[in-house]
This record gives sequence, structure tokens and C-alpha cells, in this order.
Amino acid sequence: MSLEEYKGVFIFAQQVDNELSSIALELLGKAKDLAKDLDEKKVTAVLLGSGVGNLVDKLAEYGADRVIVVDDPALKDYRTEPYTHALASVIDEYKPEILLVGATAIGRDLGPRVSSRVHTGLTADCTSLDIGDFPLEPSPVRETKHKQLLMTRPAFGGNTIATIACPDFRPQMATVRPGVMQKIDPIKGAKAEVVEFNPGFEENNCYTEILKIVKEASSVADIQAAKILVSGGRGVGSPENFKILEDLAEALNGTVSCSRAVVDSGWKPKDLQVGQTGKTVRPQLYFAIGISGAIQHVAGMEESDIIIAINKDENAPIFDVADYGVVGDLNKIVPALTKKIKEALAAKG
Amino acid sequence: MKVVVCIKQVPDTKGGVKFKPDGTLDRGAMLAIMNPDDKAGLEAALRLKDQYGAEVTVLTMGLPKADAVLREAFAMGADKAILVTDRVLGGADTWATSSTIAGALRNLEYDLIITGRQAIDGDTAQVGPQISEHLHLPVISYAEEIKVDENAKTVEVKRQFEDRYHIVKAKMPCLITALSELNEPRYMTPGGIFDAFEKEVTVWGRADLKDVDDSNLGLKGSPTQIAKASDKVKKGQGEKVVPDSAEEAVEYIVGKLTEKHVI
Repeated sequence: MSLEEYKGVFIFAQQVDNELSSIALELLGKAKDLAKDLDEKKVTAVLLGSGVGNLVDKLAEYGADRVIVVDDPALKDYRTEPYTHALASVIDEYKPEILLVGATAIGRDLGPRVSSRVHTGLTADCTSLDIGDFPLEPSPVRETKHKQLLMTRPAFGGNTIATIACPDFRPQMATVRPGVMQKIDPIKGAKAEVVEFNPGFEENNCYTEILKIVKEASSVADIQAAKILVSGGRGVGSPENFKILEDLAEALNGTVSCSRAVVDSGWKPKDLQVGQTGKTVRPQLYFAIGISGAIQHVAGMEESDIIIAINKDENAPIFDVADYGVVGDLNKIVPALTKKIKEALAAKG
Repeated sequence: MKVVVCIKQVPDTKGGVKFKPDGTLDRGAMLAIMNPDDKAGLEAALRLKDQYGAEVTVLTMGLPKADAVLREAFAMGADKAILVTDRVLGGADTWATSSTIAGALRNLEYDLIITGRQAIDGDTAQVGPQISEHLHLPVISYAEEIKVDENAKTVEVKRQFEDRYHIVKAKMPCLITALSELNEPRYMTPGGIFDAFEKEVTVWGRADLKDVDDSNLGLKGSPTQIAKASDKVKKGQGEKVVPDSAEEAVEYIVGKLTEKHVI
């Protein structure tokens, strides 16, 4: 493998039902950022699907300079084998230096399969990506390589952080956690170079058949997968009053969870309980609303990236773990907050 | 029908996490359990044993002390157990790990390989799909339900995505990665525990791996390399405000959400 042949940052532009997933746009934002520190500044989106040509312009508006489109009926709904074949073929043909894939239920299946096929490293669930030297500090026993992709990820259930490089293989591949990277503000009317590519699809033993597709609202068991949790405690007052938390969660595209007191009172099912006897969660944002913050609850959520607490008792222990604590009446604050967030998001488009 | 379940002994992440000087994990210094997703995979295999009389083999790669999770699998009802252990396999990333396990699996007959979706130490979810690629098998990740048609040699799997599921049909042999939501793993039985220590664990080393090159094994065969590893720094005390009005409180929170790019 001649590493110099591999140039440019590529992203896998995930689409489902011919709609781009938010992660595709987030990856473009990050790719643009990384490309600034590389010799090749062009950012390429790889779009796989069936009848997806209409998505090209949106990718351009969010930063793609070039879009490689593999459009084939075999790619209509996600299946591991044809998608792997398509993406691995694009890598063989266009030789990216870096390939970013979303750490979604699709990307976490596709990424490893592709990395195995093209024989390169893959770092999972990255939360931060940079360009820099490897090793980080000059070493007497190993040559320093410049402009490497440095991939940072949590491991051990968030207890540790590791920065990983892939110095001797290309492309340098990472799956990236959704919701972490920033999209750019779309550039209206931007156009990308479009390259149509089709490696040909031939069924083999690895092809699967999709018998049924069932769309569903995210199941209650999903509080561990949620990026944003709006969690309520006894202080919410009644099962009916959880409505204001549900509205806030909806505005933020988050999920409602709760404390043990709420489950014990029969207000919410056990599946939504955070804490030592419930579930351990590590969302990017955790709202603790009307939750006092008993140690058993804190054990289940303290690793959340950002914790915002709203409680009328200023001595509540939840304020010891909150990044941002607000002492006040949740009944007044929460509905007003929902309204304000909706306005802010609407203004942003 | 023959089912192989790949299991991993993992440090219980609730305990302390320790590193060697080279930045790789010091697994020897931590408490060890059977990885939860793998245990769900084993339970799924044992249900196929109950239903169809499938033969269940468990396979693990690790230090000699990983014998413990194989004994646990015996006590739950596994028929055979294989431990792949060798100094040269240490420090492997997911590529080298999957190459190793594929090398071991090439010695075995199987209709189905089940792995856990991900291990609680690395959380990568990569090894299952990577093994399937090395062995040229179909893979179905994130399985929530598994149905086998023995005559047709096919499986039907409920495959979970964020907002939907697919019912996917694959030809056997194939590889499935199991979610811990798949089932409630059974307990070890007292008789099973007793027998577990009588049964023999097959131990394989480097020489027993089939069709895999040295350059794909261990630390040397790992395309990814650790640049830096560290314990996560505990958060310091946050801010606390006592606003005069709900409006002021909302301004404060919206300001923080904007600053942190949430909205």
C-alpha cells in the first residue's frame, strides 16, 4: 500500500428512505475542518442508495465539494453486503486518506465490514478528531508521522479516554458519534462535482433478504441510547405533570426518563428509571428536573456530558453533580424553556 | 445444528480501570466477568439447543484466566469450550482480534456463529462484523430475535435500527451479533457448576490458527495504535444560579445550550 496515493477526506453520507441522516451533515462539517490541515482540501461525500440523486445538492450546501454517487436498486434499503461492496469499491477506486462514517446502527455494521475488506484500522464511536503528529511526542524508537488523523474516543463505559491513530494503513477510518460534530451553516445554492460510479452488484451467499420493515417510535428501553434525556423526579408532582417534560424532550428530540421515586409511585414504567437499580445513562445532555439527587440516582447519570438541574430546593444534592444548576419552580421554568427552545430552533431552520 | 458463540471475559467497568506503561489495558489487574451481550448470545444458542438439539461451542480469546468464563458457559449448558491464548496475540486491536478468532473458527464446523454486539470494555461493536468478513459469511448485527429454519438452512432475525427494525433472512452459515435485550440469560445450575470443572477446555495457541498470517496478529498486526490513554478527569463543581424569575432562568439555560451547540 503506497500511503501517498490516498488523498482527501471522505464521508459516508448515510440516507434512510432517501432522506439524509443528520450525521451525514455533521460529518461534512468535521471533514471540512480536518481538510484545512491537510494538503488535499477537497471534501467528498459518498452517497449510496437507490434513486438518491436528489440529495446531492443538500450535501453540497453542507460542505461537500464532490459527491460520489452509487445508485443501484441493490442499495434501496440498508443491507450489509451490497453497501460494503459499494463503499469498499469506492475506496479502491478513489483512495481516500480519511473516511468518516456515522456511529449509527448502520455505520457500526458497515464500518467494520468495510475496514476488514480493505484491510485498514477503524476506530469506533469517536467524539473528537484532529490532525496531528503520531506519536504525539517525538520518540527515539519510532519515526514521527505528520498530519495523521488522531481519533479520540471514550472506552470502558466512559471511564477512560483513548486517542488512536492508524499510521500505516489507509484510509484512516473512524465511526463518529451522532450529535457531537457541528454542521456548517448551509451555503444556499452551493454545487458539488458529481461522480456517478457503479461497481456492479452480483448476489452471493452474503446477501440477505429483507422480509419486512417496521418503523416504530423509539422503544422505552432506549433511554441508554438517547443523546438527550429529560429526567423527572418526585418534584414533578404528578404523572400528568410529566407532560411538560415530554414537551421539552420533544422540542430537543430527546427522551423522558425518571428517578426511582417516580417508578415507585407508579407514574412511569421501570424501563425509564435511571440509577443504581435502574439504568446507567451517559447522554450528551441530562436534565434533572425535580430530582433531589440521591447517590443511587447520581450513580446512574453522573457520566453524562452536560447535566442541567432544576430544583426548588437549593440544598438538593443534585446541584453537586450538575454543570448548570437552576434554583426555581420547574412548573414555571420548564414550559417557558420549551417555548424558547422551539423559537430558537425555528429561527435556525 | 452447530452453533459457536464467541464470548469475552471483560473487566467489570464498575471497578477501577488500569493501564500498562505502553498504554494498553492491564486486564490482569481488574475484576473479570462474562461480557453481558455475549451472555445473551450464549443464551440464544442454548435456546437453540433446547429447541433443536443444537451443539453449542463457546470460544474465547484471552489470557489463561479467561478459562473462568468458559466454565461459566459450561455451567449454563454449553457443550464444548475453546480458549485461544498465546503471548503473540496480546495487544490486538479489533482487526487483529477478528483475524485471530476467524483463524480459530476455520477449524470448526458451524451453521451459526453468535457474538455479542459489543463488549463493555471497548464498546466498539466491530469484532463480530469483522469476523464475518474474514470468513465471507453474511452478518446480521443488533439481533433482537432469532428464528432458525433447520431444513431450509436459513435464519430470520429481527434486526434493530434507531427508528425501525428489519426482519432479515440470511442463509446459514451466518454470523449474528446479539443485543443484551435479546433475552434474559439463564442461571448456572448447581449440577452444571459441578460438571463445569470436570469438563475439558480445549486450549489453542498461535499454531492452531488456520490461514492467518503473523502480520495480522497481536499488537504488530493491529492497524490502529494507541497514541494516548488516560482516565477521564472527574468533573469539577458546576455552577448554580438562583434567578429572580422564570424568564431569567430560561435565558440562562438557553444560553448554556447555545454555547454547548445543543441548539
